[in-house]
Amino acid sequence: MAVLVYPENWDGKFKKLSFELVSYASKVAEMLGVQAVAVSIGSVDEGELSKLATYGAGRIISIENGALKSLDDQAYTSLIAEVAKSVSASVVVLSNNNTGKALAPRLSVKLKAGIASGVSRLPVSTSQFIVYKKVYSGKAFANVEIKTPVKIITLAQNSFEVIESPKTVAIEKSGIQPDQNLLRTKVTDVQKQTGKILLTDADIVVSGGRGMRSADNWGPLVEMAELLGAGTACSRPVSDEGWRPHDEHTGQTGKIIAPNLYFAIGISGAIQHLAGISSSKYIVAINTDKDAPIFEAAQYGIVGDAAKILPRLVEKLREVKSK
Amino acid sequence: MKILVCISNVPDTTTKVKFIDDQKKLDVTGIQWVINPWDELALTRALELKDDASNGVQTVTVAHVGLVSAEPTIRKALAIGADDAIRVNTDPADAYGIAAQLAEVMKTEKYDIILCGIESSDHNGSTVGGMLAEFLDCPSVTCVSSLKIEGGQPVISREIDGGKESLTVPLPFVAVVQKGIAKEPRIAAMRGIMAARTKPIRVYEPQAIENFTEVLNYEMPKPRAACKYVDAENAGQLIDLLQNEARVF
Ligand SMILES: Cc1cc2nc3c(=O)[nH]c(=O)nc-3n(C[C@H](O)[C@H](O)[C@H](O)COP(=O)(O)OP(=O)(O)OC[C@H]3O[C@@H](n4cnc5c(N)ncnc54)[C@H](O)[C@@H]3O)c2cc1C
Ligand SMILES: Nc1ncnc2c1ncn2[C@@H]1O[C@H](COP(=O)(O)O)[C@@H](O)[C@H]1O
Repeated sequence: MAVLVYPENWDGKFKKLSFELVSYASKVAEMLGVQAVAVSIGSVDEGELSKLATYGAGRIISIENGALKSLDDQAYTSLIAEVAKSVSASVVVLSNNNTGKALAPRLSVKLKAGIASGVSRLPVSTSQFIVYKKVYSGKAFANVEIKTPVKIITLAQNSFEVIESPKTVAIEKSGIQPDQNLLRTKVTDVQKQTGKILLTDADIVVSGGRGMRSADNWGPLVEMAELLGAGTACSRPVSDEGWRPHDEHTGQTGKIIAPNLYFAIGISGAIQHLAGISSSKYIVAINTDKDAPIFEAAQYGIVGDAAKILPRLVEKLREVKSK
Repeated sequence: MKILVCISNVPDTTTKVKFIDDQKKLDVTGIQWVINPWDELALTRALELKDDASNGVQTVTVAHVGLVSAEPTIRKALAIGADDAIRVNTDPADAYGIAAQLAEVMKTEKYDIILCGIESSDHNGSTVGGMLAEFLDCPSVTCVSSLKIEGGQPVISREIDGGKESLTVPLPFVAVVQKGIAKEPRIAAMRGIMAARTKPIRVYEPQAIENFTEVLNYEMPKPRAACKYVDAENAGQLIDLLQNEARVF
């Protein structure tokens, strides 16, 4: 028996997300008294693979093949399923990110395994396997029992800390190869932005709403984000107006994020906006309207004009940084 | 070419959810049910593709697994412009059940492109589309933000971390769609509402499918601590609090 975890890599490198996932899987394995096994797909070197052992992976299985450069839902699913069977996995853990959303449901059918997605804590119990997850876009939570012998969990991003529990393990190169007939996704072009902090990776996010008043007023907001090493985001009307790019739109119909700190600047706090950010650890609201609903979700607030307050925050941050 | 759009029937996004029966059941009193926002956009895109005759889309069908009480939502999809509808007559216990019932129908009805939303705003599963594709043993593409048809083949754009990829897959396939797939949801015009009354809804009786998961009970989020205010004139103090009290940087 084992807990199988799939830490994805980005151009051969793991990220904090991968380590959170392995840490989580190791803790679940500990609860079950079994080993955590990590499976990696794609070209990742040994040094990078061995990092997974730092977070508790007891076995590391690597599947390398030139044909696996970009995600093919069907081919990747069958590889992970095959490994799951070979290690007798009773639990399979993936991230609830783009890749996890593509693979976990297919795995569920392939392994006849019940799935709980967007889980945000360790299982509530393992004898009766119960997990805790967000429902109704964060308006409530549910305790969900998974009843099948094999269980699939996708872990909500930023919901579990990285925990070091180093093990020494050899890296096993797997002989399993993808079925060529399943490799049917043909990627013709990849466009990547470089140098921008990814919203889903960011520990701190500075976000602006219609209260920023126009596309021309974002200078201090962006500067504040730079000083904090933060990502930038916005409400839906802001991206609809074209004040900011679409990939910054957070909320129910945009990105769902859970940073440690979220600045909502000139954002009223509509329920659909909160659906994307309510899992943030701290929310700071800056708004001219003291009755704006965002203050009910926030732990820190300033009632006032963003155009005046942002420069003061930037000034203070520069001061702090120069110390 | 035939397109199928899977729709889920969810509480309107502004609903304040409440639970009854020892927090085991959603209190449905006063809830207004709507087409899941993503599915509305998926339907909009399917209809846009059909509008351009050069794409060769003959029909757009919507499918729902649910009881007769969901028919107003299905009729709304027909009023927006779907040609016909499928309903599998059961109250599904989980996403696996939904996908399994849909897959069963696909044994008799064939579609070239199946569209699902990235998530349904009730249980936030993000699972039905991928499951259905695995049942059908066909390709799936997730996080689809653009879908076109060129020379009878799908041309797809999907979101990846920090960018996007253009790709293609052979038909039939399942596209799990997200932001970008259509700009604004299409709304029903008077003529569409009239026409919807007579459009066919094919009702299938369900297969016996055991549920893999069960919601034991719901919990409301813990109330957050009251907001601490910093004076606007003294805004810099906020940075001190974040640094020394919340310790977030
Ligand atoms: C199905 C559906 C899905 C949706 N999905 C999303 C989503 O994913 N994300 C999303 O964001 N929205 C979404 N919305 C829209 C949502 O309902 C709100 O309309 C939107 O979030 C409001 O954006 P806002 O707060 O920027 O603007 P507003 O609501 O206009 O608020 C602007 C705020 O700025 C304040 N303000 C004004 N001037 C200043 C100033 N000088 N300084 C400081 N504050 C100032 C005002 O007091 C106000 O509170 C969705 C709506 C629907 C129906
Ligand atoms: N009861 C249902 N009937 C038909 N399609 C559904 C149903 N529930 C969910 N779907 C489809 O699956 C998508 C994702 O839902 P979910 O996996 O539940 O988050 C939705 O956007 C719909 O396209």
